[in-house]
Amino acid sequence: MRRLYYELTESLRIAFAQIRANKLRSALTALGVIIGIVAVTLMGTAIKGIDAGVDRSFAGFGDDLLYVTKWPWGNIEDWWNYRNRRPVRHEYARQINEWIATNPGTTLKLAVPAAERFTTIIRGEYRLNNIYTLGTTADYARITRSDIREGRFFSDFEGQAGTNVCFIGFDVADALFPNDSPLGKTIRIKDQNFSVIGVAAKQGSFLGLFSWDSMVAMPLTTYRRYYRVGEDCEIRVQVDGTRMAEAKDELQGLMRRLRMLGPEKRDDFSINEQGTIREQLDPIKNGVALAGLFITGLALFVGAIGIMNITYVSVKERTKEIGTRKALGARRRTILLQFLIEAVAICFVGGVAGLTLAAGLTSVVGVIAPSFPLVFSTSLVVIGLVVSVFTGIFSGFAPAWSASKLDPVVALRYE
Amino acid sequence: MTASSAPAAARSVRPPGQLVIQIDGVTKLYQMGEETIHALRGVALTIRRNEYLAIMGPSGSGKSTLMNMLGCLDTPTAGHYDFNGKNVASMVDDELADIRNREIGFVFQTFNLLPRSNALHNVELPLIYAGLSRSERLQRAAQALTDVGLGDRMHHRPNELSGGQRQRVAIARALVTRPSIILADEPTGNLDSKTGVEIMDLFEHLYELGNTLIVVTHEEDVARHARRIVRLRDGLIESDQTV
Repeated sequence: MRRLYYELTESLRIAFAQIRANKLRSALTALGVIIGIVAVTLMGTAIKGIDAGVDRSFAGFGDDLLYVTKWPWGNIEDWWNYRNRRPVRHEYARQINEWIATNPGTTLKLAVPAAERFTTIIRGEYRLNNIYTLGTTADYARITRSDIREGRFFSDFEGQAGTNVCFIGFDVADALFPNDSPLGKTIRIKDQNFSVIGVAAKQGSFLGLFSWDSMVAMPLTTYRRYYRVGEDCEIRVQVDGTRMAEAKDELQGLMRRLRMLGPEKRDDFSINEQGTIREQLDPIKNGVALAGLFITGLALFVGAIGIMNITYVSVKERTKEIGTRKALGARRRTILLQFLIEAVAICFVGGVAGLTLAAGLTSVVGVIAPSFPLVFSTSLVVIGLVVSVFTGIFSGFAPAWSASKLDPVVALRYE
Repeated sequence: MTASSAPAAARSVRPPGQLVIQIDGVTKLYQMGEETIHALRGVALTIRRNEYLAIMGPSGSGKSTLMNMLGCLDTPTAGHYDFNGKNVASMVDDELADIRNREIGFVFQTFNLLPRSNALHNVELPLIYAGLSRSERLQRAAQALTDVGLGDRMHHRPNELSGGQRQRVAIARALVTRPSIILADEPTGNLDSKTGVEIMDLFEHLYELGNTLIVVTHEEDVARHARRIVRLRDGLIESDQTV
């Protein structure tokens, strides 16, 4: 055991002496590993960044909401099974709330009807297309995650009366009223004048596809007057976020009763939660991560081949030294360790340099483009170092093994 | 004392001690392509402690093969080889490495020092493989270098030393493990004649201190220093005489 320790320290000494003696060669070889580690690490930060971005996006959804809809979220291939479902009517929201009021122990908290579509908003010569337009009740203000920057959400009275008032998102306000406050001003939606009564605080976008900040909310009564949508709508139910599964069961039972489904009938509605979308995104995210890591892993692999090559050269150059060491009593293990440690040392140095570079690049990107999701973490440093050590073992093993197996007689004669 | 000033009669002969090496019927075959080469064809030899032996022979006589065999760098194709009573012929690589480390001190024609390490570290090296602590290693390595007259050159690298000094470092490295035998392969082959004489004087001194020396050479001048000369020809011992 003690002997192994002395051999290890000797091997380390030789390895670093060797790197010092062949500075240029070691640096060039390490460059391959550096590039590989930078590529893999940046990919890692990007993957972590996607995760963080998804989290940030989903925050806008609210993680304690259940969505009762006619169509289930996500991809459906058997659309004919859903198209004949009865509409989800907005009255359900009122009925659910009544039920909540009479059942104090329930996991359900508050139900809000919501109808949505994308419309065009005009103010003077400003025109915004494809704005998410929401028709809902005053209760919406209680379940939404967004704060109010100025003004207020519409009141119960306005909601029921169906007045032409609207609450607009941050970007809408910014685009239509670049220089002044939108409060009390008039905008046109569907050729009708709406008075702006409130502006939401900035909230961010959903996966960069859809911004919560480009929205307009109006009373559902008003919405239904101008968009002839019939009964169809969705119900958003705020529940006890710590008991999601229970709440889902409870809501399902309640909806079946409201829709008077017999025990033999299947559900003719869907209950969705943000987890559903997450599950849909996971395979995409994993696919991107896997492909990215594979491609960047190739760079590391090329680096590893460089190390293997240089270790073979090193073994060849020092064949006579290997013979001498064997004559002086070095075991096969000693020689194996010596060259393995040399390869690992170059990889480790390359790994440290690569991680430093990656950390630098990440912070530069963070300064230049703060919205670009890159997350550099301690776990990434640990993984990076472990990966570089394993790269060294992987690439150093074959040459080190061939060195350890050299016949001392042949090695001593080698010139 | 130099070689020329030392008449054979005036040299001390130490009484041989216990048996160190006993080989019997050793053969070694090499396969060179289609051809099989009989490097050794049945060699028997006993070497005792405190002997000073020269192995001579023209090239191709098998003396290098015999030296590799004696040095436990190689194992015989057939025959017996006992080293201090242990059967070497059947040992595996790592056991041979341990025998080389503990029992044999090598001195090479080309010195074979590590170029980037100083004299002290070169001498220390076999002690690392022996598993000695750093303080003991350094103390013994320094002592060995002092013994060969290089006490003031310990921190010089090989390229800062003369040929004779390099060979002295190599001899110190061979001595430092206190081996049973010191095996020198043409120790003066890469040195000028004056330095060669100095090295042979050092060997004489080591012999008088009680070391067992085996020198492989093709030079009569070198062999003359030994107390016993074994001559090989065509893989067989031609003569074995005490001088």
